[in-house]
Amino acid sequence: MAIIVNEETKLVISGLTGREGTFHGLRNRDYGTDVVAGVTPGKGGQDVEGIPVHDTIAEAVSERGANTSMIFVPARFAAAAMSEAIDAGVHTVIAITEGIPVYDMLRVYWQAKEAGVRLIGPNCPGTLSPGKSNVGIIPAQFFDPGSIGVVSKSGTLTYQIGNELKQAGAGNSSIVGIGGDPIIGSDFIDILTLFEQDPETELIVMVGEIGGDAEERAADFIAEQVSKPVVAYIAGFTAPPGKQMGHAGAIISGSSGTAEAKKEALEARGVQVGRSPTEAARLAVEAIGARA
Amino acid sequence: MDLLEYQGKQLFAKHGVPVPPGRHADTVPAAVEAAEELGYPCVIKAQVRIGKRGKAGGIKIANDRDEALKHAEAILGMDIRGFTVHEVWVEAASKIDAEYYASVILDRSEKKLLAMLSRMGGMDIEEIAEADPSALVRRHVEPGEEFTAEAAGQLALDARIDEDVSPAVGELLLKLHEVAVAEDATLIEVNPLIVTSDREVVALDSKITIDNSALYRHEELAELRDRSAEDPQERMAEDKGLTYVKLGGNVGILGNGAGLCMSTLDVVAQAGGKPANFLDAGGGSKADTIVDALEVITSDRNVSAILFNIFGGITRCDEIAKGIVEASAKTQIEVPLVVRLDGTNSEEGLGILADADLSNLHVEKTMLGAAERVVELAHV
Repeated sequence: MAIIVNEETKLVISGLTGREGTFHGLRNRDYGTDVVAGVTPGKGGQDVEGIPVHDTIAEAVSERGANTSMIFVPARFAAAAMSEAIDAGVHTVIAITEGIPVYDMLRVYWQAKEAGVRLIGPNCPGTLSPGKSNVGIIPAQFFDPGSIGVVSKSGTLTYQIGNELKQAGAGNSSIVGIGGDPIIGSDFIDILTLFEQDPETELIVMVGEIGGDAEERAADFIAEQVSKPVVAYIAGFTAPPGKQMGHAGAIISGSSGTAEAKKEALEARGVQVGRSPTEAARLAVEAIGARA
Repeated sequence: MDLLEYQGKQLFAKHGVPVPPGRHADTVPAAVEAAEELGYPCVIKAQVRIGKRGKAGGIKIANDRDEALKHAEAILGMDIRGFTVHEVWVEAASKIDAEYYASVILDRSEKKLLAMLSRMGGMDIEEIAEADPSALVRRHVEPGEEFTAEAAGQLALDARIDEDVSPAVGELLLKLHEVAVAEDATLIEVNPLIVTSDREVVALDSKITIDNSALYRHEELAELRDRSAEDPQERMAEDKGLTYVKLGGNVGILGNGAGLCMSTLDVVAQAGGKPANFLDAGGGSKADTIVDALEVITSDRNVSAILFNIFGGITRCDEIAKGIVEASAKTQIEVPLVVRLDGTNSEEGLGILADADLSNLHVEKTMLGAAERVVELAHV
């Protein structure tokens, strides 16, 4: 099972012919992901180490059976590529690109919503279902197959926690990077819903950070709709208000969006929150041990 | 990017939002000349990216040349809660009948623009919401829908804006929405929005945040950004294309990835240390980036120890190690450097560091261990 990407995933990569696109596209294929096509306008008919390149995503869908799109094109063209993927009829779009204008994302967000297409990202590391499929830039070697689902706004922080889980002998059903931008296609709640329904997932680790109120809303949702145990970690307790901490979305405005408020909201609803990535991983391992 | 008040007002003027006449000045003589041109009374306003300037003495009314000179001298160069005033906006004084509040912001939760209006202006939006929630009227702009004159007019009615100026307030709100969309602004706040004694509606202040990711399509705004970094390290980091935020402590920090870097600050603080900065070396950074980053971190004289917390995914630890060795060869790094390398090519990286045998280098295996070590060393 796992979520979002699995053995059924047939991936088309927009931007496969670019340097980063080639590097990660081939890594995804080496992992076992079924990469059926790349898309670069004007380069149709070429191939990247055997992966056929098409001019449009629609062609990749009709001729190669692509059902999932990964967006690896530069920021100013990324929204258009996402729109194209939605129109082409894939069921999932995973956007890795960082720095897409917020207003462009607003438009794409509602387009995806209306079309019933699942959008992950942008500005995210992608989704990995260990042993099945890897779509994006998550280094798969730090994750083993298992029963812990991870959903995170941050890439490297996820690798840190994943690696600690692995060292403790715990593996993952899926690892989903939802992205650090102000407007993202899927929020914690969307992914928590999928993990709740996924029979392989027994426990969920949620990794949040300052900015917005997605963690607070997730806390309410967990209390009402998630039966599986959830362990959380929040980054940014030392972040000063008004400063953007790397991610476009990681900014405390006034008194809202602080790490403290998020931690309190989660704890008030019975979610254990680790003080460090290490502690979060330990809490998860303990909780899953107690269930086994 | 947050615009200064006058930059926001110039943007307003460009889009036909009424603002009082004013002049920009960055020297005392220029400020006095601006005051003379505008006539008296006029207001001299400190231009800094922080609120409550008036309470801090950063906004003064001048009734003649002598007062203009006195206020300009006092305000230029003054410190407002850590921000030095380098520029002022000299503005014709307005006679105020009423103070309202108007804003258009991006609502991240709803993924929609949100227009807000209140007849209780001049205080914080949080204060308005607390004092009288019904005094703040809100309306989301639905996706695919235009924000129409009717909708804006209805908001003005709902907010119980004085009848005679209600159409003008509605029109202004409509224009604020136009500015937001046209200029990629994620926040536009006018507080106060005033009604003058002549019953004219004027934006007396401006607070605008522009989406950094969209600056490529706004050349004029992008130029403002180049001059926006106040702090010497922040300016240096910007020149080198690094994501750096000054925090004021003594433990210099570098991480790869925004989340891991933020988390590193937190664990250092938990270990009793005070982070000097946030510096995200980014994904896949090469040795050159590390050399640049070390230059920025060590240029902050408060820094008494540095922590590198790297979990290599796309980033290769051997590149980080090479960068550290290169930087050490280029300039003597005088403070202790604690390094934690994990992930992709960490063994190669640790090998490079071991071979270089740097006297100020301390290698730690775990993130928490590294945090404790750097705090210990920073205090020695």
